[in-house]
Amino acid sequence: MGATAMTQTTPAHLEYVLRLGDAALIHGQRLSEWCGHAPVLEEDLALANMALDFVGQARMLLSYAGTLEGKGRDEDALAFLRHEGQYRHPTLCELPNTDFAHTTIKGFLLGSFNLLMWSRLCGSSDKALAAIAAKSLKEARYHAEHTGDWVIRLGDGTDESHRRAQAALDILWPYTNELFAANPTDDAAAAAGVGPAWSELAGEWEAAVLPVLQQATLTVPARTPFQSYGKFGRHSEHLGHLLAVMQHLPRSFPGATW
Amino acid sequence: MYTQALDIPPGEQPKRKPDAVENAAYQAEFDARIDAGATIEAKDWMPEAYRKTLVRQISQHAHSEIVGMLPEGNWISRAPSLKRKAILLAKVQDEGGHGLYLYAAAETLGVSRDELTEALLSGKAKYSSIFNYPTLNWADVGVIGWLVDGAAIMNQIPLCKCSYGPYARAMVRVCKEESFHQRQGYDALLAMMSGTDAQRELVQDAVNRWWWPSLMMFGPHDADSPNSGQSMRWGIKRISNDDLRQKFVDATVKQAEVLGVTLPDDELKWNEARGHYDFAAIDWDEFWNVVNGHGQCNVDRLAARVKAWDDGAWVREAAVAHAEKQAAREKAAA
Amino acid sequence: MERKEWPLWEIFVRSKNGLDHKHCGSVHATDARMALQVARDVYTRRQEGVSIWAVKASDIVASDPDAKPELFDPAEDKIYRHPTFYKLPDEVDHM
Repeated sequence: MGATAMTQTTPAHLEYVLRLGDAALIHGQRLSEWCGHAPVLEEDLALANMALDFVGQARMLLSYAGTLEGKGRDEDALAFLRHEGQYRHPTLCELPNTDFAHTTIKGFLLGSFNLLMWSRLCGSSDKALAAIAAKSLKEARYHAEHTGDWVIRLGDGTDESHRRAQAALDILWPYTNELFAANPTDDAAAAAGVGPAWSELAGEWEAAVLPVLQQATLTVPARTPFQSYGKFGRHSEHLGHLLAVMQHLPRSFPGATW
Repeated sequence: MYTQALDIPPGEQPKRKPDAVENAAYQAEFDARIDAGATIEAKDWMPEAYRKTLVRQISQHAHSEIVGMLPEGNWISRAPSLKRKAILLAKVQDEGGHGLYLYAAAETLGVSRDELTEALLSGKAKYSSIFNYPTLNWADVGVIGWLVDGAAIMNQIPLCKCSYGPYARAMVRVCKEESFHQRQGYDALLAMMSGTDAQRELVQDAVNRWWWPSLMMFGPHDADSPNSGQSMRWGIKRISNDDLRQKFVDATVKQAEVLGVTLPDDELKWNEARGHYDFAAIDWDEFWNVVNGHGQCNVDRLAARVKAWDDGAWVREAAVAHAEKQAAREKAAA
Repeated sequence: MERKEWPLWEIFVRSKNGLDHKHCGSVHATDARMALQVARDVYTRRQEGVSIWAVKASDIVASDPDAKPELFDPAEDKIYRHPTFYKLPDEVDHM
């Protein structure tokens, strides 16, 4: 896989894989912040399990991105030694946990997207990526189901949980514009059969997400012109702080292995 | 069965309830079973003092697992590699799982997890004092795995054979998972010790801070441990504090050598006559200070648990409310 | 404030096809889907299972431990239910 991949790698192919890896990494990092602090013990374990899935996906994807890049960078070099502007995940991933409603809504919006993404990537022309997709798809099914159930519980539950879920949706929804924004990397990746242009997934995603939000009695906010640009390397202010924490040790002890 | 809710079918009354008043004949039968090494199960008659002691011990144990998530959890966001992040996250998650198994075992004795949690949050219930020490550098994570989990395993293995069935079975599950905890800690330290001088300094610093608190984990000297005798009699404690502590020291010296760290005790040396390592006197004032609430992190640890519980109240209520609405809707549709 | 605890569910896990579901512990959950999901997270983190049953603890009926004599002792003298009761000639004793 390594040798053929390297000879065929285009910058768009690399960036496409890197984006998937960064999305898993940053979402997993945020989820892991819940460990020991969740609303109920059972959910503490569930959140940690999802975080573990994402960290695992990040490891596979970033290792593979390092192979594609061919400059000797491994998963940790890519995870810990890049600057804010070099990360390619959608901004939604890096937004703070705020409360359980934000984490749940975010997890559901991303989880539903991941489910579609991985099922499409199972048919990627890049066999290594297709293998990662096959494994990740199983995990994504559980994430979408678990977070979707919670969206309904919160939306339908009490006045307070409904208010919090709606507030979280109002804040997070505009960031989903970015998931489907046209992007030259996507066009090239789609043309090469590496994976779908994310914009193609918009319709299916809405078809998956809207019925759940409706069942949760939540009001879907109107689309606004708001745009975020994480996929292009222009992030929110939150990412710098996340990275300062996450990268602290490898940067404080350059060259050390752990 | 891990439940106090195991009901006798409606209309049938049990001959005697497990919480029936003290009764000399039942007591004699119970004592005979304990002496024969039999297992006591949730619905069996048991003396009230046995039940109370178990509730206290199992719930303290559960609380310790839950509070124990915090010191190491402090480093999940900062783990220095993705592999170590995954290992640490899985490990801290396991502690949560262990807490869950143990609360379930306590619940078989007729208390609810919420009641036990409230006892913890109000400061009424105790948890292991070791978690009131801070984790100050990444090596603390490794040292906690190696020493703290190592000490915990020594304490816990005998409990797999304790007289109360649900507790013993929970401990079998816990111990099976704990050995990964100790090994991952030691492995993380080995990696650091074969790294740079700066990394080795981190390890030694962490060992210096955690060694004595780890020895204190076995509890007061046998002579100063008033409840031990009764617990031994009941088969919910199998080996004495001092014997376990000695066993731990004897096992750890060699591991420290292999690792290349110095245990912070000038008096630590092999005693040929005893066939054990001698070690210096433990500072019991420090131990009691931390137990009595004056450790560096007592306030922070409890505050973190209170915050998680309070912040989560609306979530727990929402799930109940939704389930009730859903049940009402299903009933209306039927 | 009124406290509403999450109901308790007993969890049974089949470790692999061909084996019985075995009781392994309990979880708290407000509905059946949640019970199954968290049981997966709590009791099969190390590939311990291929199938999970979750049963509301309040729906389980159990025998009274003090009814042991009448429930279980009557089986004591029915030794003819055990294969070892029958002494067969050596040539066919593997039966």
